[in-house]
Amino acid sequence: MSVMLEAARQIRLVPALQAKGAMIVAGGTLAVAELNYGQGADGTLIILDRLGLDRIAVVGKKATFGAMVTMAEIARDRRLKFLHPVCNSIGGPAVRAMATIGGNLFAPAPYGDMAASLLALDAEITIHDGKSAKKYPIEVFFRQRKKLERCLVVSVSFTLPASGSFRYSKAVRRKPVSASVVTIAALLPRRGGKVVGARIALGAMGSHAIRAYKAEAALEGRSLDSATIAAAAAQIAEDASPADDAYASAWYRRQVVPIHLARLLAA
Amino acid sequence: MTKVAVQFTLNDEEQNEFVDSGSTLLAVLRGKLGLYSTKAGCHQGSCGACTVIIDGEPRLSCLTLAQRCTGRMITTIEGLTRDGALHPLQQAFMEGFAAQCGFCTPGMILAAKSLLDRNQSPSRDDVIDAISGNICRCTGYEPIIAAVLAAAEQMRAEMKKSA
Repeated sequence: MSVMLEAARQIRLVPALQAKGAMIVAGGTLAVAELNYGQGADGTLIILDRLGLDRIAVVGKKATFGAMVTMAEIARDRRLKFLHPVCNSIGGPAVRAMATIGGNLFAPAPYGDMAASLLALDAEITIHDGKSAKKYPIEVFFRQRKKLERCLVVSVSFTLPASGSFRYSKAVRRKPVSASVVTIAALLPRRGGKVVGARIALGAMGSHAIRAYKAEAALEGRSLDSATIAAAAAQIAEDASPADDAYASAWYRRQVVPIHLARLLAA
Repeated sequence: MTKVAVQFTLNDEEQNEFVDSGSTLLAVLRGKLGLYSTKAGCHQGSCGACTVIIDGEPRLSCLTLAQRCTGRMITTIEGLTRDGALHPLQQAFMEGFAAQCGFCTPGMILAAKSLLDRNQSPSRDDVIDAISGNICRCTGYEPIIAAVLAAAEQMRAEMKKSA
């Protein structure tokens, strides 16, 4: 293995280094694991420790995370209690102390539980391409993720959900934590007892986090009664394309995701 | 291979080393410093065998680049024993048969130590969470959980005595 570490000094200089084949290392849980297995072993690693991307800001109803904010830091922040179950479902404490928000956006399935949650929260991803910073809705980011690997994710922001409107569930083979069999993050705003503007995101049900549009439509304008929940559960796998892996088969994931959605909605 | 200088505090002692650029902390601990108690397991962050404590937090040394450790305080299990006396966690693991093959034990104890350093009265669920990233294929975990709770009790008693 022949690699050189370079500490990035300015955000705008990072994409040019990436264009030359340098690889970004954020927390190390993905990139260094790849290096350990001989992937991307020759070249330059860029570390982002000095760029000030490790801050959490909550201003009014908007939260912004620098890309280097770790799961452990979010799990310690009392203003973000609704995200604590998400953070605490990712790895053990050592992984949480290292894994970053920015890295999680690039985590391949069945990883990326925070990315699924950010998709449910309709987050906005700020990316620097070397010339300027641009904001992308998270769904656009996922569609263009391959292309955007040559840019630097700077921050992630979203509007804080109304109290009790965000729900999260992760099915695993080994409790309390393991890679996902299926992850569900749901934003369920309600007006007059009816769901308005639901966003349901699934992890481990595609190559990256995906929306369950048909299940969302089944909830729209309805109260969360048993008939509505059954209708949404019947649609939940319609937009999904899960894969077989060591944790579950695609068939199994399709079988269990309606059950986990029904439990989450009925909770 | 390019060599780079790293300086960190390891088990309360200053370390100044030239290491291969891009090498992991695990490789430096085992290959350069001869601290073999930090185990090399999966090399991908799944098993927890390589857990060390860096600046008070548990970290996976297999996924930590040594160069990023400059200026940091690192604790391995060799740093827990004081003047030949075992740490209460080590004592509790021994007395409670919480180790069988022993491969996971250093990582388990350091994961538990980072919990007890910030929470002296952990619940059973706290202990389970603390060791949730560490895999043991021998014990079934119950003796480990019991040992951590016993060590916490012992440490509380010692603190009370010395207060």
